[in-house]
Amino acid sequence: MSWMDRHVFLERNSLALMIGIVVVVLIGGIIEVVPLFRQETVIEPVEGMRPYTPLELTGYNIYIREGCYNCHSQHIRPLRDEVTRYGHYSLAAESMYDHPFQWGSKRTGPDLSRVGGKYSDAWQVAHMIEPRDVVPESIMPSYEFMMKKGVNFHKIDKHLKALRRIGVPYSEDMIKNAKNDLKVQAYGSDRADTSGLEERYGETVNARDFDGQPNIISEMDAIVAYLQVLGTMVDFETLPKVESK
Amino acid sequence: MTSKEPVIYNDDIVKFFTIATCFWGVVGMLAGVFIALQMVFPDLNIEPYLSFGRLRPLHTSAVIFAFGGNALFATSYYIVQRTCGVRLWNDQLSFFTFWGYQLFIVIAALGYVLGVTQGKEYAEPEWYADLWLTVVWVAYLAVFFMTIVKRKEPHLYVANWFFLSFILTTAVLHIGNNLVIPVEFLGAKSYSVPGGVQSAMIQWWYGHNAVGFFLTTGFLGMMYYFIPKRAERPVYSYRLSIVHFWSLIFIYIWAGPHHLHYTALPEWAQTLGMTFSIMLWMPSWGGMINGMMTLSGAWDKLRKDPVIQFMVVALAFYGMATFEGPLLSIRTVNALSHYTDWTIGHVHAGALGWNGFITFGCLYYLVPKLWGREEVYSLKLVSVHLWIATLGIVLYISAMWVSGIMQGLMWRSYDDMGFLNYSFVETVMAMKPFYAIRALGGTLFLAGSIIMCYNFYRTIRGDVAPNEVDKEGNPRQAVSAAQTRKAVAS
Repeated sequence: MSWMDRHVFLERNSLALMIGIVVVVLIGGIIEVVPLFRQETVIEPVEGMRPYTPLELTGYNIYIREGCYNCHSQHIRPLRDEVTRYGHYSLAAESMYDHPFQWGSKRTGPDLSRVGGKYSDAWQVAHMIEPRDVVPESIMPSYEFMMKKGVNFHKIDKHLKALRRIGVPYSEDMIKNAKNDLKVQAYGSDRADTSGLEERYGETVNARDFDGQPNIISEMDAIVAYLQVLGTMVDFETLPKVESK
Repeated sequence: MTSKEPVIYNDDIVKFFTIATCFWGVVGMLAGVFIALQMVFPDLNIEPYLSFGRLRPLHTSAVIFAFGGNALFATSYYIVQRTCGVRLWNDQLSFFTFWGYQLFIVIAALGYVLGVTQGKEYAEPEWYADLWLTVVWVAYLAVFFMTIVKRKEPHLYVANWFFLSFILTTAVLHIGNNLVIPVEFLGAKSYSVPGGVQSAMIQWWYGHNAVGFFLTTGFLGMMYYFIPKRAERPVYSYRLSIVHFWSLIFIYIWAGPHHLHYTALPEWAQTLGMTFSIMLWMPSWGGMINGMMTLSGAWDKLRKDPVIQFMVVALAFYGMATFEGPLLSIRTVNALSHYTDWTIGHVHAGALGWNGFITFGCLYYLVPKLWGREEVYSLKLVSVHLWIATLGIVLYISAMWVSGIMQGLMWRSYDDMGFLNYSFVETVMAMKPFYAIRALGGTLFLAGSIIMCYNFYRTIRGDVAPNEVDKEGNPRQAVSAAQTRKAVAS
């Protein structure tokens, strides 16, 4: 067969084979990936999305460090049961400031994209310390150590700066006040002046002593602050209703 | 072969990688059994270092990149020398790839336990480990490609096409998915340059093709050399190998978005991913058929030789997993299967059945050859390994099918009033017995690997088990190390 005779060229010419392979494997990736950076319709803007506060960002990093994404998804599909169980299906804009995304691929535990405000801080803390104290059948690991481990926030402004360089809209003001904003959010309005924090991140920002330990800004403060903001930025009452599939 | 002087192959490097394969295989499977037990007995989570979330990447990296990766290094270095008729290019650089790769594995594993991770599945190592791997990988490509360049055989054997596509595409995927910005030069933490939807698409372009090029084309390269060798038959169809090679590598790269059905990824991308995943069924089975049919005229070997049995069962699992994959990529099937254990079962059908078994089969061929033995210490133990591991896989996969489909159905179950029937934790409770069965299946598979290591240990020592016979049916004699040295020297 003639095309097989021609293929012999590739079998005898290793550089041509190498180039051929690279060209063939690049096509699919380019067609699927490149348009996502060009299409304005990929991420439709919605009201309310803002970058994480320094404390929430610390919580996001703890979430990644502990590999929470191995068992929890953060993406509600537009299917009837998921919308009933977890709430409005996830929008592209809701994860636009996650570098990388935390959609996950497995639900050994429930989806967390709208867990914010669903439980009290006290419940979240008790659950993190020993999940089986509040959900006896849970198989989640316990994270008691987060109560004692203080947040290292001396370099938090560098994190904001790095994120700004890749497109997260942190303002100069936010970066300058990052350390203070982190502390203030964990102290809460009872013990600190939260007006600057609210000015920068909006009035709905949660500022309180999340872990119930006033003497320490612990990793528990950060992870609970992160969990409590998940899914709460966008007000779905104001969005046009779309039927789920 | 055209050369007159005998070629002295660099088999020391192959021996190093072979031993590393066995070692990391046991480590990775042990980690798997441990995290499987954590899902039955949550108290086994020892915070902070040994919790499920930190150990699961350790398990996946250890089995895919440490066990699978070392197996690919070992076999590609062995095969490229023999099919090109030359010694491996540059001894120093090839040994650098060995120690460099082991160092990468150790850096990555330490990172996971200490909580250093990018948080992207199968691409967890942070930027400094990624940079180091890039250096090692370029050295690997140089060694492999330069060996091909100076080959004595004008024609490049099919196994090498597959290895070349595996090495090249892995490099492209690795660099493409690890574009990050470190927070500071002396810190481990980095942020992925793409975020949200874009990072999801790139991650699964990478993630699915780590399966496609690391765990498929690389292992097909192994298959294309060792099955014909062991069966002493030529590859069934040269034409089929050309057609399925190019169609496999072209189509595979598109399949990633099937991990993102019903998400915020634009629907056109999801549809492309699904369509190409279904098309992928054919080139995948092209490889399976080409391997199976290579046994034409030698089917009696399948009855007698447990090493051939390993290879054929591997192809059967490959065929099964590459049929199940397209099925799961169909959007409406995926609505049920996604986020459940069905995916985990599917992955392990491929990983344990295909990657594990083809590796075991190749190692059982390779180890006696490398250490100058006629055959492994005991073919009976190879049989024991085969059956104990097969039983383990069957328990594992069927437990995950049941628990996955059950959980998917429980999630979407409604009562007459239109309320959800089950709370989330009720689905967790229902899965418990299946998690226990899965852990048992994994333990059996691990036990098989330990038996294999013992078999290799005795083979390398030169022992022969009682009642072992050679091809003519004569009893085999043990050889001492001194005898082997003498034989090699002469």
